[in-house]
Amino acid sequence: MDEVFGCLSRRDLLIASAGTATIPVAGAADDAPPAVGSPPGTMSRLTLEVNGKPQTVDVDNRTTLLDLLREQLKLTGTKKGCDHGQCGACTVLLDGRRINSCLMLAVMAPGAKVTTIEGLGVPGKLHPLQAAFIAKDGYQCGYCTPGQICSAVGMLDELQRGMPSHATADLAAKPLLSADELRERMSGNLCRCGAYSNIAEAITSVAGGAA
Amino acid sequence: MKAFTFERARTPAEAAAAVAQRPDARFIAGGTNLLDLMKLQIEAPTHVVDVNALGLDRVEESRDGGLRIGALVRNSDLAADATVKRDYPVLSRALLAGASGQLRNRATTAGNLLQRTRCPYFYDTGQPCNKRRPGSGCSALGGLSRSLAVIGASKACIATHPSDMAVAMRVLDAEVETVKPDGQTRRIPIADFHRLPGDTPQVEHALAHGELITAVLLPAPVAGVHVYRKVRDRASYAFALVSVAAIVQPDGQGRVAFGGVAHKPWRVEAAEASLAQGAKAFTAQAFAGAQPTADNAFKLPLAERTLAGILQDARAKA
Repeated sequence: MDEVFGCLSRRDLLIASAGTATIPVAGAADDAPPAVGSPPGTMSRLTLEVNGKPQTVDVDNRTTLLDLLREQLKLTGTKKGCDHGQCGACTVLLDGRRINSCLMLAVMAPGAKVTTIEGLGVPGKLHPLQAAFIAKDGYQCGYCTPGQICSAVGMLDELQRGMPSHATADLAAKPLLSADELRERMSGNLCRCGAYSNIAEAITSVAGGAA
Repeated sequence: MKAFTFERARTPAEAAAAVAQRPDARFIAGGTNLLDLMKLQIEAPTHVVDVNALGLDRVEESRDGGLRIGALVRNSDLAADATVKRDYPVLSRALLAGASGQLRNRATTAGNLLQRTRCPYFYDTGQPCNKRRPGSGCSALGGLSRSLAVIGASKACIATHPSDMAVAMRVLDAEVETVKPDGQTRRIPIADFHRLPGDTPQVEHALAHGELITAVLLPAPVAGVHVYRKVRDRASYAFALVSVAAIVQPDGQGRVAFGGVAHKPWRVEAAEASLAQGAKAFTAQAFAGAQPTADNAFKLPLAERTLAGILQDARAKA
Protein backbone atom coordinates (compact mmCIF):
# COMPACT_ATOMS: atom_id res chain seq x y z
CA MET A 1 0.00 0.00 0.00
CA ASP A 2 1.19 3.52 -0.79
CA GLU A 3 2.24 5.75 2.04
CA VAL A 4 -0.13 8.68 2.43
CA PHE A 5 0.98 12.30 2.78
CA GLY A 6 -2.19 14.26 3.67
CA CYS A 7 -4.44 13.94 0.68
CA LEU A 8 -1.56 12.94 -1.64
CA SER A 9 -0.48 9.32 -1.78
CA ARG A 10 3.27 8.67 -1.94
CA ARG A 11 2.82 7.55 -5.51
CA ASP A 12 1.15 10.88 -6.45
CA LEU A 13 3.91 12.77 -4.69
CA LEU A 14 6.60 10.89 -6.59
CA ILE A 15 4.87 11.56 -9.87
CA ALA A 16 4.42 15.23 -9.02
CA SER A 17 8.06 15.77 -8.01
CA ALA A 18 9.34 13.82 -11.01
CA GLY A 19 7.28 16.18 -13.16
CA THR A 20 9.24 19.18 -11.97
CA ALA A 21 12.41 17.59 -13.32
CA THR A 22 11.14 18.16 -16.84
CA ILE A 23 12.37 21.58 -17.84
CA PRO A 24 9.87 23.21 -20.17
CA VAL A 25 11.64 24.59 -23.19
CA ALA A 26 10.10 27.43 -25.17
CA GLY A 27 11.86 28.63 -28.26
CA ALA A 28 14.90 26.48 -27.48
CA ALA A 29 17.22 29.29 -28.53
CA ASP A 30 19.76 28.91 -25.78
CA ASP A 31 22.50 26.31 -26.22
CA ALA A 32 23.56 26.47 -22.59
CA PRO A 33 20.55 25.70 -20.46
CA PRO A 34 20.50 26.83 -16.86
CA ALA A 35 21.66 24.02 -14.65
CA VAL A 36 20.91 24.79 -11.05
CA GLY A 37 23.26 22.82 -8.84
CA SER A 38 25.03 21.12 -11.73
CA PRO A 39 28.72 21.68 -12.51
CA PRO A 40 29.13 23.92 -15.59
CA GLY A 41 28.81 22.13 -18.90
CA THR A 42 27.31 18.93 -17.51
CA MET A 43 23.82 19.63 -18.91
CA SER A 44 22.83 19.58 -22.56
CA ARG A 45 19.85 20.52 -24.68
CA LEU A 46 18.82 18.31 -27.56
CA THR A 47 15.94 17.69 -29.91
CA LEU A 48 14.91 14.21 -30.92
CA GLU A 49 11.77 12.59 -32.27
CA VAL A 50 9.94 10.20 -30.02
CA ASN A 51 7.03 8.23 -31.46
CA GLY A 52 6.74 10.73 -34.29
CA LYS A 53 6.70 13.79 -32.04
CA PRO A 54 9.66 16.24 -31.84
CA GLN A 55 10.88 16.71 -28.26
CA THR A 56 13.35 19.33 -27.07
CA VAL A 57 14.74 18.45 -23.68
CA ASP A 58 17.41 19.54 -21.25
CA VAL A 59 19.27 16.62 -19.75
CA ASP A 60 22.07 16.01 -17.32
CA ASN A 61 24.73 14.42 -19.55
CA ARG A 62 24.52 11.27 -17.40
CA THR A 63 20.91 10.64 -18.38
CA THR A 64 20.40 7.45 -20.36
CA LEU A 65 17.93 7.36 -23.21
CA LEU A 66 15.88 5.01 -20.99
CA ASP A 67 15.70 7.53 -18.14
CA LEU A 68 14.87 10.34 -20.54
CA LEU A 69 11.93 8.32 -21.89
CA ARG A 70 10.63 7.24 -18.51
CA GLU A 71 11.43 10.10 -16.15
CA GLN A 72 11.19 13.19 -18.36
CA LEU A 73 8.90 12.19 -21.22
CA LYS A 74 6.71 10.00 -18.98
CA LEU A 75 6.77 7.12 -21.46
CA THR A 76 6.88 4.46 -18.77
CA GLY A 77 6.04 1.58 -21.10
CA THR A 78 9.77 1.04 -21.63
CA LYS A 79 11.00 -0.79 -18.54
CA LYS A 80 14.20 -0.67 -16.51
CA GLY A 81 15.24 -4.21 -15.63
CA CYS A 82 18.95 -4.69 -15.02
CA ASP A 83 20.11 -1.28 -16.33
CA HIS A 84 23.25 -3.05 -17.67
CA GLY A 85 22.19 -4.36 -21.09
CA GLN A 86 21.68 -7.90 -19.89
CA CYS A 87 17.89 -8.30 -19.79
CA GLY A 88 16.43 -6.41 -22.79
CA ALA A 89 13.47 -4.90 -20.87
CA CYS A 90 14.54 -1.43 -22.06
CA THR A 91 14.60 -2.33 -25.76
CA VAL A 92 13.39 0.46 -28.08
CA LEU A 93 13.84 1.16 -31.78
CA LEU A 94 16.44 3.81 -32.61
CA ASP A 95 16.13 4.88 -36.25
CA GLY A 96 14.30 1.59 -36.78
CA ARG A 97 16.94 -0.65 -35.15
CA ARG A 98 16.46 -2.35 -31.79
CA ILE A 99 18.85 -1.23 -29.04
CA ASN A 100 19.15 -1.31 -25.26
CA SER A 101 18.05 2.19 -24.22
CA CYS A 102 19.82 1.77 -20.86
CA LEU A 103 23.20 1.68 -22.63
CA MET A 104 22.86 4.87 -24.60
CA LEU A 105 23.25 8.41 -23.34
CA ALA A 106 20.34 10.68 -24.23
CA VAL A 107 22.87 13.33 -25.18
CA MET A 108 24.10 11.03 -27.99
CA ALA A 109 20.65 11.02 -29.61
CA PRO A 110 20.07 14.47 -31.17
CA GLY A 111 18.04 14.09 -34.35
CA ALA A 112 17.32 10.43 -33.64
CA LYS A 113 13.93 8.83 -34.23
CA VAL A 114 12.96 6.72 -31.24
CA THR A 115 10.00 4.35 -31.20
CA THR A 116 8.81 2.92 -27.89
CA ILE A 117 6.04 0.44 -27.12
CA GLU A 118 3.64 3.42 -26.90
CA GLY A 119 4.54 4.38 -30.48
CA LEU A 120 3.95 0.94 -31.96
CA GLY A 121 0.23 0.89 -31.34
CA VAL A 122 -2.51 2.04 -28.98
CA PRO A 123 -5.56 0.27 -27.56
CA GLY A 124 -8.03 -0.17 -30.40
CA LYS A 125 -5.21 0.08 -32.95
CA LEU A 126 -2.59 -2.38 -31.79
CA HIS A 127 0.57 -3.35 -33.65
CA PRO A 128 0.20 -6.94 -34.91
CA LEU A 129 2.86 -8.10 -32.42
CA GLN A 130 1.04 -6.41 -29.51
CA ALA A 131 -2.17 -8.16 -30.58
CA ALA A 132 -0.34 -11.47 -30.97
CA PHE A 133 1.20 -11.29 -27.47
CA ILE A 134 -2.33 -10.84 -26.08
CA ALA A 135 -3.85 -13.56 -28.26
CA LYS A 136 -1.11 -16.08 -27.42
CA ASP A 137 -0.75 -15.04 -23.76
CA GLY A 138 2.92 -14.21 -24.32
CA TYR A 139 3.61 -13.04 -20.78
CA GLN A 140 2.91 -13.60 -17.12
CA CYS A 141 3.85 -10.53 -15.08
CA GLY A 142 4.26 -8.40 -18.22
CA TYR A 143 7.38 -6.52 -17.13
CA CYS A 144 9.58 -7.76 -19.98
CA THR A 145 6.77 -7.53 -22.55
CA PRO A 146 7.37 -4.02 -24.00
CA GLY A 147 11.03 -4.93 -24.52
CA GLN A 148 10.10 -8.32 -25.99
CA ILE A 149 7.70 -6.69 -28.47
CA CYS A 150 10.05 -3.87 -29.53
CA SER A 151 12.84 -6.42 -29.87
CA ALA A 152 10.63 -8.70 -31.98
CA VAL A 153 9.75 -5.78 -34.28
CA GLY A 154 13.44 -5.04 -34.80
CA MET A 155 14.30 -8.72 -35.11
CA LEU A 156 11.71 -9.40 -37.83
CA ASP A 157 13.02 -6.39 -39.74
CA GLU A 158 16.59 -7.74 -39.48
CA LEU A 159 15.35 -11.07 -40.79
CA GLN A 160 13.53 -9.34 -43.64
CA ARG A 161 16.78 -7.59 -44.56
CA GLY A 162 18.57 -10.95 -44.64
CA MET A 163 20.84 -10.32 -41.66
CA PRO A 164 22.36 -13.59 -40.44
CA SER A 165 22.47 -14.90 -36.86
CA HIS A 166 24.54 -17.43 -34.94
CA ALA A 167 21.84 -19.99 -35.80
CA THR A 168 22.02 -19.34 -39.57
CA ALA A 169 23.50 -22.45 -41.21
CA ASP A 170 24.37 -20.87 -44.55
CA LEU A 171 25.62 -17.27 -44.52
CA ALA A 172 24.90 -16.96 -48.26
CA ALA A 173 21.22 -17.93 -48.00
CA LYS A 174 18.37 -15.67 -46.89
CA PRO A 175 17.57 -16.69 -43.32
CA LEU A 176 14.11 -18.00 -42.43
CA LEU A 177 12.49 -17.88 -39.02
CA SER A 178 12.96 -21.40 -37.67
CA ALA A 179 12.51 -22.13 -33.97
CA ASP A 180 16.32 -22.09 -33.54
CA GLU A 181 16.61 -18.75 -35.34
CA LEU A 182 13.88 -17.19 -33.22
CA ARG A 183 15.42 -18.35 -29.95
CA GLU A 184 18.90 -17.17 -30.95
CA ARG A 185 17.72 -13.80 -32.26
CA MET A 186 15.60 -13.10 -29.17
CA SER A 187 18.29 -14.19 -26.67
CA GLY A 188 18.86 -10.58 -25.58
CA ASN A 189 15.39 -10.50 -23.97
CA LEU A 190 14.98 -12.40 -20.74
CA CYS A 191 11.65 -13.39 -19.20
CA ARG A 192 12.00 -14.28 -15.54
CA CYS A 193 8.46 -15.76 -15.55
CA GLY A 194 9.57 -18.15 -18.28
CA ALA A 195 6.80 -17.36 -20.76
CA TYR A 196 9.15 -18.17 -23.62
CA SER A 197 7.01 -20.78 -25.35
CA ASN A 198 4.06 -18.38 -25.70
CA ILE A 199 6.36 -15.49 -26.64
CA ALA A 200 7.82 -17.65 -29.42
CA GLU A 201 4.33 -18.61 -30.52
CA ALA A 202 3.19 -14.97 -30.63
CA ILE A 203 6.18 -13.88 -32.71
CA THR A 204 5.88 -16.88 -35.04
CA SER A 205 2.21 -16.16 -35.64
CA VAL A 206 3.05 -12.64 -36.87
CA ALA A 207 6.13 -13.69 -38.85
CA GLY A 208 4.09 -16.38 -40.55
CA GLY A 209 1.38 -13.86 -41.44
CA ALA A 210 3.92 -11.45 -42.90
CA ALA A 211 5.70 -14.05 -45.02
CA MET B 1 27.74 7.98 -12.33
CA LYS B 2 30.03 11.00 -11.96
CA ALA B 3 29.09 14.21 -13.74
CA PHE B 4 30.93 14.87 -16.99
CA THR B 5 31.09 17.39 -19.78
CA PHE B 6 30.30 16.23 -23.29
CA GLU B 7 31.23 17.14 -26.83
CA ARG B 8 30.62 15.75 -30.29
CA ALA B 9 33.79 15.67 -32.38
CA ARG B 10 33.65 16.49 -36.11
CA THR B 11 36.96 15.04 -37.29
CA PRO B 12 39.16 12.16 -36.05
CA ALA B 13 42.05 14.53 -35.31
CA GLU B 14 39.73 16.84 -33.36
CA ALA B 15 38.43 13.89 -31.34
CA ALA B 16 41.97 12.70 -30.59
CA ALA B 17 43.04 16.17 -29.50
CA ALA B 18 39.95 16.61 -27.31
CA VAL B 19 40.70 13.43 -25.37
CA ALA B 20 44.46 13.99 -25.25
CA GLN B 21 43.98 17.34 -23.50
CA ARG B 22 42.43 15.73 -20.43
CA PRO B 23 43.75 12.64 -18.64
CA ASP B 24 40.24 11.66 -17.55
CA ALA B 25 38.56 12.05 -20.96
CA ARG B 26 37.17 9.10 -22.92
CA PHE B 27 35.88 8.47 -26.42
CA ILE B 28 32.36 7.10 -26.66
CA ALA B 29 31.03 5.25 -29.73
CA GLY B 30 28.48 2.48 -29.08
CA GLY B 31 28.88 3.00 -25.34
CA THR B 32 27.69 -0.53 -24.61
CA ASN B 33 30.71 -1.26 -22.38
CA LEU B 34 31.87 2.22 -21.32
CA LEU B 35 28.46 3.40 -20.10
CA ASP B 36 28.00 0.18 -18.15
CA LEU B 37 31.37 0.75 -16.44
CA MET B 38 30.52 4.41 -15.78
CA LYS B 39 27.35 3.37 -13.94
CA LEU B 40 29.52 1.24 -11.66
CA GLN B 41 32.10 4.05 -11.39
CA ILE B 42 34.79 1.67 -12.61
CA GLU B 43 35.22 4.27 -15.34
CA ALA B 44 34.64 7.86 -14.21
CA PRO B 45 35.54 10.21 -17.07
CA THR B 46 35.20 13.94 -16.46
CA HIS B 47 34.81 14.59 -20.19
CA VAL B 48 33.26 12.36 -22.88
CA VAL B 49 33.92 12.82 -26.59
CA ASP B 50 31.26 11.37 -28.88
CA VAL B 51 32.87 10.03 -32.08
CA ASN B 52 29.67 8.85 -33.76
CA ALA B 53 29.58 11.79 -36.21
CA LEU B 54 33.03 11.05 -37.70
CA GLY B 55 31.83 8.92 -40.60
CA LEU B 56 34.22 5.93 -40.38
CA ASP B 57 31.19 3.70 -40.84
CA ARG B 58 31.92 2.03 -44.18
CA VAL B 59 33.32 -1.33 -45.21
CA GLU B 60 35.42 -0.79 -48.34
CA GLU B 61 37.65 -2.97 -50.48
CA SER B 62 41.21 -1.73 -50.30
CA ARG B 63 43.73 -1.45 -53.15
CA ASP B 64 45.72 -4.47 -52.00
CA GLY B 65 42.64 -6.70 -52.34
CA GLY B 66 41.86 -6.55 -48.66
CA LEU B 67 39.15 -4.82 -46.67
CA ARG B 68 39.07 -1.55 -44.77
CA ILE B 69 36.53 -1.65 -41.95
CA GLY B 70 35.64 1.77 -40.52
CA ALA B 71 36.02 2.04 -36.75
CA LEU B 72 32.32 2.86 -36.35
CA VAL B 73 30.88 -0.01 -38.39
CA ARG B 74 28.39 -1.67 -36.05
CA ASN B 75 28.96 -5.32 -35.19
CA SER B 76 25.65 -6.40 -36.75
CA ASP B 77 26.41 -4.56 -40.01
CA LEU B 78 29.92 -6.01 -40.24
CA ALA B 79 28.61 -9.55 -39.68
CA ALA B 80 25.99 -9.04 -42.41
CA ASP B 81 28.33 -7.35 -44.92
CA ALA B 82 28.22 -9.29 -48.20
CA THR B 83 32.02 -9.27 -48.69
CA VAL B 84 32.71 -10.29 -45.10
CA LYS B 85 30.19 -13.14 -45.30
CA ARG B 86 31.71 -14.38 -48.56
CA ASP B 87 35.46 -13.79 -48.10
CA TYR B 88 35.96 -13.62 -44.32
CA PRO B 89 33.22 -15.85 -42.89
CA VAL B 90 35.25 -16.56 -39.74
CA LEU B 91 34.73 -12.87 -38.88
CA SER B 92 30.97 -12.96 -39.50
CA ARG B 93 30.71 -16.10 -37.38
CA ALA B 94 32.72 -14.63 -34.52
CA LEU B 95 30.65 -11.44 -34.45
CA LEU B 96 27.38 -13.37 -34.49
CA ALA B 97 28.59 -15.52 -31.58
CA GLY B 98 28.97 -12.44 -29.38
CA ALA B 99 26.48 -10.42 -27.30
CA SER B 100 22.81 -9.95 -28.30
CA GLY B 101 21.01 -8.51 -31.31
CA GLN B 102 20.45 -5.21 -29.49
CA LEU B 103 24.08 -4.88 -28.41
CA ARG B 104 25.47 -5.78 -31.84
CA ASN B 105 23.33 -3.02 -33.36
CA ARG B 106 25.18 -0.42 -31.25
CA ALA B 107 28.62 -1.91 -30.57
CA THR B 108 31.32 -0.78 -32.99
CA THR B 109 34.37 -2.43 -34.54
CA ALA B 110 36.83 -0.27 -32.60
CA GLY B 111 34.84 -0.43 -29.39
CA ASN B 112 34.74 -4.20 -29.57
CA LEU B 113 38.57 -4.27 -29.56
CA LEU B 114 38.67 -1.88 -26.60
CA GLN B 115 36.08 -3.55 -24.36
CA ARG B 116 37.30 -4.46 -20.89
CA THR B 117 37.41 -7.85 -19.24
CA ARG B 118 34.31 -9.29 -17.56
CA CYS B 119 36.36 -10.83 -14.71
CA PRO B 120 33.85 -10.76 -11.82
CA TYR B 121 36.39 -9.14 -9.50
CA PHE B 122 37.01 -6.31 -11.96
CA TYR B 123 33.28 -5.55 -11.77
CA ASP B 124 33.02 -5.99 -7.98
CA THR B 125 34.19 -2.62 -6.67
CA GLY B 126 34.26 -3.97 -3.11
CA GLN B 127 37.12 -6.36 -3.95
CA PRO B 128 40.78 -5.80 -4.73
CA CYS B 129 41.64 -5.86 -8.45
CA ASN B 130 44.96 -4.82 -9.97
CA LYS B 131 43.32 -3.91 -13.25
CA ARG B 132 40.72 -1.63 -11.62
CA ARG B 133 42.94 -0.36 -8.77
CA PRO B 134 46.61 -1.02 -9.56
CA GLY B 135 48.52 -2.48 -6.62
CA SER B 136 45.42 -3.57 -4.69
CA GLY B 137 45.90 -7.27 -5.44
CA CYS B 138 44.17 -9.95 -7.52
CA SER B 139 41.05 -11.49 -5.98
CA ALA B 140 40.69 -14.02 -8.79
CA LEU B 141 43.88 -15.89 -7.83
CA GLY B 142 42.51 -18.12 -5.10
CA GLY B 143 38.98 -16.93 -5.87
CA LEU B 144 36.47 -17.96 -8.50
CA SER B 145 38.53 -18.45 -11.63
CA ARG B 146 36.51 -20.89 -13.70
CA SER B 147 36.06 -18.45 -16.61
CA LEU B 148 39.53 -16.89 -16.42
CA ALA B 149 42.90 -17.23 -18.16
CA VAL B 150 44.94 -20.41 -18.41
CA ILE B 151 47.93 -18.97 -20.26
CA GLY B 152 49.84 -15.70 -20.61
CA ALA B 153 48.56 -14.51 -17.22
CA SER B 154 50.63 -13.15 -14.33
CA LYS B 155 50.58 -12.99 -10.55
CA ALA B 156 48.91 -9.59 -10.95
CA CYS B 157 46.00 -10.63 -13.19
CA ILE B 158 44.36 -13.68 -14.76
CA ALA B 159 41.59 -11.86 -16.63
CA THR B 160 40.54 -12.88 -20.14
CA HIS B 161 39.73 -10.62 -23.08
CA PRO B 162 36.04 -11.14 -23.81
CA SER B 163 35.90 -10.33 -27.54
CA ASP B 164 34.93 -12.95 -30.11
CA MET B 165 35.55 -10.56 -33.02
CA ALA B 166 39.16 -9.97 -31.99
CA VAL B 167 39.92 -13.71 -32.08
CA ALA B 168 38.80 -13.86 -35.72
CA MET B 169 40.78 -10.71 -36.52
CA ARG B 170 43.88 -12.30 -34.98
CA VAL B 171 43.58 -15.31 -37.26
CA LEU B 172 43.03 -12.97 -40.23
CA ASP B 173 46.21 -10.93 -39.45
CA ALA B 174 44.24 -7.67 -39.17
CA GLU B 175 45.90 -4.32 -38.57
CA VAL B 176 44.50 -1.49 -36.46
CA GLU B 177 44.79 1.97 -38.02
CA THR B 178 44.92 4.92 -35.64
CA VAL B 179 45.31 8.67 -35.57
CA LYS B 180 47.20 10.41 -32.78
CA PRO B 181 46.39 13.84 -31.38
CA ASP B 182 49.16 15.38 -33.54
CA GLY B 183 47.47 14.01 -36.67
CA GLN B 184 50.04 11.22 -37.23
CA THR B 185 48.56 7.90 -38.30
CA ARG B 186 49.98 4.41 -37.76
CA ARG B 187 49.07 0.77 -38.22
CA ILE B 188 49.36 -1.69 -35.36
CA PRO B 189 49.33 -5.44 -36.14
CA ILE B 190 46.53 -7.07 -34.15
CA ALA B 191 49.13 -9.40 -32.58
CA ASP B 192 50.70 -6.36 -30.91
CA PHE B 193 47.49 -4.49 -30.15
CA HIS B 194 46.38 -6.25 -26.97
CA ARG B 195 48.92 -6.79 -24.19
CA LEU B 196 49.52 -9.54 -21.68
CA PRO B 197 48.95 -8.38 -18.08
CA GLY B 198 52.48 -8.65 -16.63
CA ASP B 199 52.87 -6.19 -13.75
CA THR B 200 50.58 -3.60 -15.34
CA PRO B 201 47.25 -5.29 -16.08
CA GLN B 202 45.56 -1.88 -16.22
CA VAL B 203 47.43 -1.25 -19.51
CA GLU B 204 45.46 -3.38 -21.96
CA HIS B 205 46.44 -2.18 -25.40
CA ALA B 206 49.10 -0.35 -27.39
CA LEU B 207 47.21 2.93 -27.81
CA ALA B 208 48.44 6.19 -26.30
CA HIS B 209 45.93 8.36 -24.44
CA GLY B 210 43.95 10.24 -27.07
CA GLU B 211 44.97 7.90 -29.90
CA LEU B 212 41.82 7.06 -31.88
CA ILE B 213 41.18 3.93 -33.92
CA THR B 214 39.98 4.95 -37.39
CA ALA B 215 39.79 1.55 -39.12
CA VAL B 216 40.65 -2.13 -38.99
CA LEU B 217 42.40 -3.40 -42.11
CA LEU B 218 42.14 -6.97 -43.32
CA PRO B 219 44.65 -8.38 -45.84
CA ALA B 220 43.40 -10.13 -48.98
CA PRO B 221 41.13 -13.09 -48.18
CA VAL B 222 42.66 -16.41 -47.14
CA ALA B 223 41.09 -19.43 -48.81
CA GLY B 224 40.17 -22.50 -46.79
CA VAL B 225 37.40 -23.54 -44.43
CA HIS B 226 36.65 -20.64 -42.07
CA VAL B 227 35.27 -21.67 -38.68
CA TYR B 228 34.48 -19.95 -35.40
CA ARG B 229 33.34 -22.29 -32.66
CA LYS B 230 32.42 -20.99 -29.23
CA VAL B 231 31.86 -23.13 -26.16
CA ARG B 232 29.90 -21.45 -23.38
CA ASP B 233 27.65 -22.14 -20.42
CA ARG B 234 24.43 -21.41 -22.31
CA ALA B 235 23.56 -21.60 -25.99
CA SER B 236 23.46 -17.85 -26.63
CA TYR B 237 24.41 -14.50 -25.16
CA ALA B 238 27.27 -15.66 -22.93
CA PHE B 239 31.03 -15.19 -22.92
CA ALA B 240 33.26 -17.98 -24.15
CA LEU B 241 34.75 -20.58 -21.86
CA VAL B 242 36.84 -21.45 -24.91
CA SER B 243 36.47 -20.33 -28.49
CA VAL B 244 38.42 -21.26 -31.60
CA ALA B 245 38.83 -19.27 -34.81
CA ALA B 246 40.37 -21.34 -37.57
CA ILE B 247 41.09 -21.30 -41.28
CA VAL B 248 41.84 -24.85 -42.37
CA GLN B 249 43.30 -25.89 -45.74
CA PRO B 250 42.44 -29.15 -47.54
CA ASP B 251 45.83 -30.63 -46.55
CA GLY B 252 45.12 -29.97 -42.86
CA GLN B 253 47.44 -26.97 -42.59
CA GLY B 254 45.99 -23.74 -41.34
CA ARG B 255 45.76 -20.97 -38.80
CA VAL B 256 44.21 -21.15 -35.34
CA ALA B 257 43.51 -18.61 -32.58
CA PHE B 258 41.80 -19.19 -29.24
CA GLY B 259 39.48 -16.94 -27.24
CA GLY B 260 38.50 -17.17 -23.57
CA VAL B 261 41.90 -18.48 -22.51
CA ALA B 262 44.15 -15.42 -22.16
CA HIS B 263 44.36 -11.66 -21.72
CA LYS B 264 44.35 -11.38 -25.53
CA PRO B 265 43.37 -13.56 -28.48
CA TRP B 266 45.80 -16.49 -28.20
CA ARG B 267 47.61 -17.49 -31.37
CA VAL B 268 50.98 -19.25 -31.55
CA GLU B 269 52.12 -19.12 -35.18
CA ALA B 270 55.08 -21.43 -34.47
CA ALA B 271 52.68 -24.21 -33.50
CA GLU B 272 50.76 -24.02 -36.78
CA ALA B 273 53.34 -26.15 -38.61
CA SER B 274 52.06 -29.05 -36.49
CA LEU B 275 48.36 -28.48 -37.20
CA ALA B 276 48.19 -31.26 -39.82
CA GLN B 277 49.29 -33.69 -37.09
CA GLY B 278 46.04 -33.06 -35.27
CA ALA B 279 44.59 -31.15 -32.35
CA LYS B 280 46.59 -32.92 -29.65
CA ALA B 281 49.98 -32.14 -31.15
CA PHE B 282 48.93 -28.60 -31.96
CA THR B 283 47.45 -27.66 -28.59
CA ALA B 284 50.42 -29.21 -26.77
CA GLN B 285 52.55 -26.55 -28.46
CA ALA B 286 50.04 -23.71 -28.47
CA PHE B 287 49.40 -24.11 -24.73
CA ALA B 288 52.98 -24.97 -23.67
CA GLY B 289 53.61 -23.28 -20.32
CA ALA B 290 49.93 -22.96 -19.48
CA GLN B 291 49.26 -22.40 -15.78
CA PRO B 292 45.58 -23.07 -15.22
CA THR B 293 43.95 -22.88 -11.80
CA ALA B 294 42.15 -25.89 -10.31
CA ASP B 295 38.87 -24.24 -11.41
CA ASN B 296 39.76 -23.69 -15.05
CA ALA B 297 42.10 -26.57 -15.88
CA PHE B 298 39.17 -28.02 -17.86
CA LYS B 299 39.80 -25.37 -20.52
CA LEU B 300 42.91 -27.15 -21.82
CA PRO B 301 41.21 -30.42 -22.84
CA LEU B 302 38.18 -28.37 -23.93
CA ALA B 303 40.35 -26.31 -26.29
CA GLU B 304 41.93 -29.48 -27.71
CA ARG B 305 38.58 -31.19 -28.24
CA THR B 306 36.95 -28.11 -29.76
CA LEU B 307 39.81 -27.87 -32.24
CA ALA B 308 39.61 -31.63 -32.93
CA GLY B 309 35.94 -31.20 -33.82
CA ILE B 310 36.77 -28.31 -36.14
CA LEU B 311 39.52 -30.27 -37.92
CA GLN B 312 37.23 -33.25 -38.33
CA ASP B 313 34.45 -31.08 -39.83
CA ALA B 314 36.95 -29.28 -42.08
CA ARG B 315 38.20 -32.62 -43.45
CA ALA B 316 34.61 -33.59 -44.20
CA LYS B 317 34.08 -30.30 -46.10
CA ALA B 318 37.41 -30.43 -48.00
